[in-house]
Amino acid sequence: MSEVIVITSGKGGVGKTTTSANIGCGLALTGKKVALVDADIGLRNLDVVMGLENRIVYDLVDVVEGNCRLKQALIKDKRYNSLFLLPAAQTRDKDAVSPEQMQKLCENLKEEEFDYIIIDCPAGIEQGFKNAIAGADRAIVITTPEVSAVRDADRIIGLLEASGLNDPTLVLNRLRVDMVKRGDMMSIDDVTEILAIEILGVVPDDESIVVAANKGEPAVTDPESFAGQAYRNIVKRIQGEDVPIMRFEKDAGLFNKLFKNMFRR
Amino acid sequence: MDFLNFFKKKDSTASKNVAKDRLKLVLVHDRVNCSSQILEMLKTDIIKVISNYMEIDEEELDIQITQTQSDDNMGTVPVLYANIPIKSMRKVNQD
Repeated sequence: MSEVIVITSGKGGVGKTTTSANIGCGLALTGKKVALVDADIGLRNLDVVMGLENRIVYDLVDVVEGNCRLKQALIKDKRYNSLFLLPAAQTRDKDAVSPEQMQKLCENLKEEEFDYIIIDCPAGIEQGFKNAIAGADRAIVITTPEVSAVRDADRIIGLLEASGLNDPTLVLNRLRVDMVKRGDMMSIDDVTEILAIEILGVVPDDESIVVAANKGEPAVTDPESFAGQAYRNIVKRIQGEDVPIMRFEKDAGLFNKLFKNMFRR
Repeated sequence: MDFLNFFKKKDSTASKNVAKDRLKLVLVHDRVNCSSQILEMLKTDIIKVISNYMEIDEEELDIQITQTQSDDNMGTVPVLYANIPIKSMRKVNQD
């Protein structure tokens, strides 16, 4: 059984591409066969975040237009051999693809026996969004604890449900425990109360994400990274495992322990 | 330091509480998807209908979309709130 999961947010810059890369890579690390699809036509980025930018020959639009076969366009990630990337076209725009074509593409990917097909959705609610969600079985909404991102997430949840993608789950990205403690940032509970959807995971604001993107190696592969740990938990939850949400602000989790150690030194 | 933080958290002026309150209000409007033109049209129509029965103070009339706790405890639901001051009743033909 393969499942198509779309990663979306409405607002740009909240971490859709980073989350797509980490979830895709994390699922591949557990032995699943994964296709990462960059649906952000014209502004492709999943390739650089994954460190695969030098290996692109064909792209999503080439596949849709029949310029190549699906297998030719899928880039096999040599580091994790069950992970494949279908890059977006960079020199085209979002109207180059229709929702029907995306649906067909997802069906074809399912026939290739992928366990998971992860679609990185572009920002916005226009054509690119409609394309990206067309073939999806479920949706993951990304937000940060900021008014603008939460507002857009609410709108996206409404649009997803209107398109029949019911019960999307939420990833709260870039949470800063110190600010939450001060009362200067909305907490996990604040955000879930407002959006009223199930939380899939919480990713702390972590420098290792920037370092990982610099290197083109998703943080999920780094055992030292907090954000990486958060993504590994998300990957487990996607596969149906019951893993408690890391409550950085309450218990003396990894985060606090490190904090304390830092002060001791 | 922790002692101070304890009090800060309860503070309704903590910026996260300001954020939450503002967001909740914005989302009520976003979710209803009701434009200000539609609200204005609704207002005109309500005035028209009510004026058949009573004389109202149009200056003081207040109509807005807000939220309230739903009866079945499903959280909050949007409501149309209207505050319409009555000046006097009109004589209405009841036949």
